[in-house]
Amino acid sequence: MKYLDEFSDPELARKLVDQIHAVTTRPWAMMEVCGGQTHSIIRHGIDQLLPAGVEMIHGPGCPVCVTPLEIIDKALAIAARPGVIFCSFGDMLRVPGSSRDLFAVKSAGGDVRVVYSPLDALKIARENPDRQVVFFGIGFETTAPANAMTVYQARRFGVANFSLLVSHVLVPPAIAAIMESPRCRVQAFLAAGHVCSVMGTAEYPPLAEKYGVPIVVTGFEPLDILEGIRQTVVQLESGRHELQNAYPRAVRAEGNLAAMAMLRDVFEVTDRTWRGIGMIPRSGWRLSERYRDFDAELRFDVADLHTEESALCRSGEVLQGLLKPNECAAFGKQCTPRNPLGATMVSSEGACAAYYAYRRLDLVQIS
Amino acid sequence: MTDLDFENWTCPVPLRDTPTVVMGHGGGGAMSGELVEHLFLPGFGAAGATTDLGDCAVLPAGGGRIAFSTDSYVVKPMFFPGGSIGDLAVNGTVNDLAMGGATPLYLSAAFILQEGTALADIARIAEAMGAAARAAGVRLVTGDTKVVDNGSGDGVYITTSGIGLVADGVDIGPRRAVAGDTVLISGDIGVHGVAVMSCREGLEFGTAVSSDTAPLHGLVAAMLATGADVHVLRDPTRGGVAASLNEIARSSGIGVDLVERDLPIPPGVADACSLLGLDPLQVANEGKLLAFVPAEQAGEVLAAMRAHPYGAGARRIGTCVSEHPGMVVARTALGGTRVVTMPIGEQLPRIC
Repeated sequence: MKYLDEFSDPELARKLVDQIHAVTTRPWAMMEVCGGQTHSIIRHGIDQLLPAGVEMIHGPGCPVCVTPLEIIDKALAIAARPGVIFCSFGDMLRVPGSSRDLFAVKSAGGDVRVVYSPLDALKIARENPDRQVVFFGIGFETTAPANAMTVYQARRFGVANFSLLVSHVLVPPAIAAIMESPRCRVQAFLAAGHVCSVMGTAEYPPLAEKYGVPIVVTGFEPLDILEGIRQTVVQLESGRHELQNAYPRAVRAEGNLAAMAMLRDVFEVTDRTWRGIGMIPRSGWRLSERYRDFDAELRFDVADLHTEESALCRSGEVLQGLLKPNECAAFGKQCTPRNPLGATMVSSEGACAAYYAYRRLDLVQIS
Repeated sequence: MTDLDFENWTCPVPLRDTPTVVMGHGGGGAMSGELVEHLFLPGFGAAGATTDLGDCAVLPAGGGRIAFSTDSYVVKPMFFPGGSIGDLAVNGTVNDLAMGGATPLYLSAAFILQEGTALADIARIAEAMGAAARAAGVRLVTGDTKVVDNGSGDGVYITTSGIGLVADGVDIGPRRAVAGDTVLISGDIGVHGVAVMSCREGLEFGTAVSSDTAPLHGLVAAMLATGADVHVLRDPTRGGVAASLNEIARSSGIGVDLVERDLPIPPGVADACSLLGLDPLQVANEGKLLAFVPAEQAGEVLAAMRAHPYGAGARRIGTCVSEHPGMVVARTALGGTRVVTMPIGEQLPRIC
C-alpha cells in the first residue's frame, strides 16, 4: 500500500527525529490520545528515539479499554440468551466482564460472531429473521458513523430483529476531564487523527485555549506521529498553545459533513461512564429518540444491570496518565495479557498490554 | 482395439444415490466400505493403500531412527486460494516430520465427517490429499472414517499421523539453538494465513495472495546435503514466525534478534495485516521453514535453499544472542526495538 511505505521511510524518520532533538531544551510530557497511536509508537519503537525527558503518556483512546464493565456485563447477558446472535468486533471477545468474557459465552453455546463491519451484522439479521441480532457498537467518533449508518438502514428497511448495544465515547470531553484532574501531568496532546477526519477540528481550539495546552491533530504511521510530536515540541518550546493539523491529508477543519449529519440524526449526547475513570458528563452518545426502538439495552431489559469494577485494577489512573502500568501492584502478576484484570491489558492498543512488552524491552539492549 | 485399463476404473454411481454424507457412512457397514473404496482410494490414487484394508498397515522400514508425528486439521473454509484442508492434512504432517530431519514415508488419515456434507467436496479433498501425497512421495496407508450428526461437526475434520526415517548423524531440535546461530527463513511470510482469512465468512476481501502449502522435506534434504550442522528447523504454522521463534528461544534459553526490514513480507500480506490490525509475524505459514544454523555455515545453507523451488526466497532474518534469553526482539525500520511476543489465543482483528 502506497501510504504505508511512504510514511514509514526510515531516512525521513531520522530527519524528523533529528529536528525534534534540535528543538528540545527541556523535559515535556505529552499524551497521545488514540490507542492506534499508542500501538504504532510501541510497534515501531518511536518513544525510544525521542530526546530523554520527552515522555509519551498513553491516553484513554482505546475503545476496548474504556468500555465500562457494566456494558460488558450487559453484552454477556444478552449474548447468553437463546435465540440471540451477538455480533462484535474481534477484540471485544476477550475483554473480561465481572465473571467471564464473550469467548466463554461462545464456548457455553452462545451464538457470538466476529464481524468486520456493523453492516455485516445487519446482513445476518436479514438472513435470520427468526433470531434477534445484536451488534456491540462501541468506540469513539471514528467507529460511530458506520454504526449510525447501520441503525439508519435497519430502520429504513424495517429490520426489526436488529438492535445495537451502544457505548460510544467522545474525545473532547475526555481531554477536558484529564486536564481537570488535580494530578494531571499532561502538557500537550496529540489529537486522534481519524476522530478529527470525521468530526473536524472545531472542538479543539477552545480546549487548547482554556487549558493552555498545544493540541496537534496527528496520524498513525511513523512519520505522521513523529511530525505530530515535532509540531507539539515546537509549540511547547515557544510557549504557544494552539490547534495545529499535522494530518492534513486525512483531516479537514470542517470534518466529514455527511457523516456528522448522520451522527446527529441517529445519536444524542449523554453522560457516559469510562472504565476505570468514572462518569464523564456529556462524554458519549446513545441512540436518539427516533431510533430508541433499536436500543438493545431496552429491548433486552438489561438497563438496570449494574456492576462494580475490580478493586485491584488501577486502569483508570493508567488511562489518565497518573500511573505507569508497571507501577500497578497487579501488573505482570495477577494481571497479564493472558489473564487481564482490566481492559487496558486486553487490547494491543491498551497501555498496559503495550507496556507489558515495553517494560520487558527496557531490560534489553540490542548490541 | 485400444487397451482397456481396468486398474483405474471406478463405478460412476457408487454412493447409493446420496449426494451428501449421511450417518450410515460412519456405521462401519457397507456404506462405510463404499466410501473408502469409491471415494477415498480413488482420490488418493497411487498414494493410497495397496494391500488389504486390514486394521493396520504393516510396512517395511529401514534401520535407524523413526520420526513419528500427528496433527489435526479443522481449517475453515475447507477450500481457499491455493489449496484445501486436504493439502494441509498431507503437507502439514509431512512438514512436521521434515522439521526433525526425517524423510517422510507413510501417513494415516482419519476423517470426521459431518452428516450433510456434500460428497463432491469430500471427493475433492481426497483428490487433493492424493495429489499432495504423490507430490511429496509419501503413501496414505491406513485410515478411518466417522460421521457425526449435522451440527456436531463442521464439514470435515482430518487427522493425519506420519512416520519417517531419520538418517544417522542428523540431530535437529529446538534445544540446539546457540548464541551466534544465524536465523534463516525459506521465503515470504504470512501468506497462508492471509489467503485463508481472505475467504473467511464475513471477511471476504480481494487479494492475489494464495496459500503457500507445500511439502518441505525436499528442501530440508537439500540443506542437509551441504553437510552443515543444522541446529533447529521449524515450520511456523499457527502463531506464525513469532510463536515459533519464541518457542525456540524458550526451549534453548537463547535470545533472538530480528531485523525487521529483512523480513520478507509480500505487499499483499502487509496490506491485509495493516487493514485488519494483525502482525504478519503472527500469521500462519504452511510452506515455509525457519532454520537456525551456525553463522559460518549460513551462506552455504542459504545458497542450497535458494537453489530449491520451495526456498527460492530464502533470507537471513536475524541472529541468536545470549542476551535476553527466552525473548525475541525486533529492531524496527526506524531504529527502535520491540519485543515480538508470543500470540495469545486467536488473532483478533482490532476495532480501529
